[in-house]
Amino acid sequence: MGLRRFIAVRVLTTIPILFGVSVFTFAMVHLTPGDPIDQLVALNPQISAAEEAAIRARYGLDGPVWQQYFTWITNVLQGDFGTVINVDQPVGPYIMDRLPQTIALGLFGWVIALLIAIPTGIYAAVNKDTLGDDLSRVFALSGISLPNFWLGLMLILVFALWLDLWPVLAPNKPLFSPAMLKYLVLPGVTIGTASSATLMRVMRSSMAEEMNKEYVTAARAKGLPERTVVLKHVLRNSLISVTTIAAFLTASIFAGAVVVESVFAWPGLGRAFVKAISGREVDLIMAITLFTGVTIILANLLADIVYALLDPRIRYD
Amino acid sequence: MSLLEVEDLTVNFYTEEGVVTAVDDLSFRIDRGEKFGVVGESGAGKSVTALSVMRLIEEPGRIESGTIRFDGQDLMELSDSAVRDVRGNDIAMIFQDAQTALNPVYTVGEQISEAIRHHLDYSDAEARDRTIRLLDDVGIPEPEARYDDYPHEFSGGMQQRAIIAMALSCDPELLIADEPTTALDVTIEAKILDRLDRLADEYDTAIQLITHDLGVIAEMCDRVMVMYAGRAVENAPVEELYYDPKHPYTVGLMSAIPRIGDRQDRLQTIPGTMPDLVEVPSGCSFHPRCPFAEEACTRKQPPLVDPETGDGVGLSDRSAACLAYTGDLDSELDYEVEVKGGRGSPPDDTQPDPRGGRTDTEPLQADSDPVGLDTDLLDRDGPDDSGGQQDG
Repeated sequence: MGLRRFIAVRVLTTIPILFGVSVFTFAMVHLTPGDPIDQLVALNPQISAAEEAAIRARYGLDGPVWQQYFTWITNVLQGDFGTVINVDQPVGPYIMDRLPQTIALGLFGWVIALLIAIPTGIYAAVNKDTLGDDLSRVFALSGISLPNFWLGLMLILVFALWLDLWPVLAPNKPLFSPAMLKYLVLPGVTIGTASSATLMRVMRSSMAEEMNKEYVTAARAKGLPERTVVLKHVLRNSLISVTTIAAFLTASIFAGAVVVESVFAWPGLGRAFVKAISGREVDLIMAITLFTGVTIILANLLADIVYALLDPRIRYD
Repeated sequence: MSLLEVEDLTVNFYTEEGVVTAVDDLSFRIDRGEKFGVVGESGAGKSVTALSVMRLIEEPGRIESGTIRFDGQDLMELSDSAVRDVRGNDIAMIFQDAQTALNPVYTVGEQISEAIRHHLDYSDAEARDRTIRLLDDVGIPEPEARYDDYPHEFSGGMQQRAIIAMALSCDPELLIADEPTTALDVTIEAKILDRLDRLADEYDTAIQLITHDLGVIAEMCDRVMVMYAGRAVENAPVEELYYDPKHPYTVGLMSAIPRIGDRQDRLQTIPGTMPDLVEVPSGCSFHPRCPFAEEACTRKQPPLVDPETGDGVGLSDRSAACLAYTGDLDSELDYEVEVKGGRGSPPDDTQPDPRGGRTDTEPLQADSDPVGLDTDLLDRDGPDDSGGQQDG
């Protein structure tokens, strides 16, 4: 009951946050000059001023900014997220076409990050100040320092061009087919590596700190094998701080997706976002931003729920 | 053959300040079913000794040398996995602070059962039954319901009881209790010690009781080892230690026990603090604090000898490490011990047994100025204030 109430409260508090995000983004987009109609006119010089005004009016781009915002939010509350003017398609279906690609990429990257980070972090903590620990430190530092786009390009260069091992340009096939999964690997690794570096450092330091606690000596004094001591007693306590970072990384994974999707020409939301910005597609920018906001908020909510599962001392009531 | 025979144990810690010899050439033995007390100030090496016996010394510490024979088997020669079969099974440990010794994210019951499942190959259900019986034994009400509680749902006293249940879970032959009641208040302390005492008899378990509380020793132990700066300075059966302490440090500890009815404004203390173990004083490490110290004490490290004969001893019951017994001192140790209601004299209080209760009537009373010191010495600051080690 306590947990359900906690979730309800948390979901309600997201409303003002999302409202704030929408106002801020809307203002930012309108601070930059130009809109899709300007581009249309530039490409088609034969359009008259009267026609231009008519098109603007049709997409609600003629009023003052506050009025445009009011119209936009009224429509959104009724489930209408507007139009992608360039292709004259409603935003909803436009996003739904690309969303699964991004979710697949993000989850894959996230899983890769965890798969690399948790075992390496445990290894580094258990073998503190040995060669392996130092190597993991070098790896982490590289992972944090290397920009996504560079790593992505290098992976393409090495694995696709030189070694010819991996295909890169995804064909237009259903997402969840084995053929497509193969195309996920390189962009997924690119996204996962950067996140895994941060996660691994947190895993290591949190684990190393837990290893010094007396309950670890007590567990050893019981005669338990070191494997049990580490993987049962220490790991669960260490995962609490890792959960925080893992949720936090959702944001950077999405940010990574924007770059990585562009590098790998992956047909997802991230690439659509870049196009939306360069085309000043206000409705699309707004929708993707809000969607990202909701995802990040949900990830943090999930983290709060995982805390309670990991640590019995955390209670939400 | 004794249950545990530790010989010439030396444990070093390699810290940034230098090498700390936490335990220095220490020897002692514990017989089956015996209750053996280890007493000394913080930093004397008591806990390190305890952890060494279980081979639980971790970096930057290292057991430099010595043998630890348990049941005739030298634990130092065993493989890691063979030592793990001894830990928790034959030798178990009760930790000082139950709150930190329990893992916060597992239930108390699970933390006790896991050792039972591991060492005794019990099934989940059997281990659970045994754990509930143990919780009942150590005095936890409604043990069945409490099995699934997490440590933070237990009070401090109950946590300590749970730790005792955990230590007893596989029927160990030796129980190392490292200041088992320091974190508790006096009433709970008395109850828990009483319970521990009875359970040790019931389970026929030997106890190595580590404490800085002489009262606790008097209450429970058969024999005592007094430690100072990583070395044993005196060994004695418990009564002899109280009636006839041989080492000036022991005498100082005794006189530091406050007594009900005393009309003193200040507590007696031993001047100074335990020396910094990176730079142990030359000769006898106690000499800077010792009221009887002579020039010889700064040069020569006193061996453990029989205080009657001055001969070297092995794992003897009665020994003290002071140059007074090797004939190196010019004068004699000059102190007197007055025990009220002691042996030979008619009891003048209700507690004639020196091993009786210690909270209501102090059974052991040294003279208010037992070491014959001038009070000025006791009041002034010690020559070495640099101590402040972690609890050893």
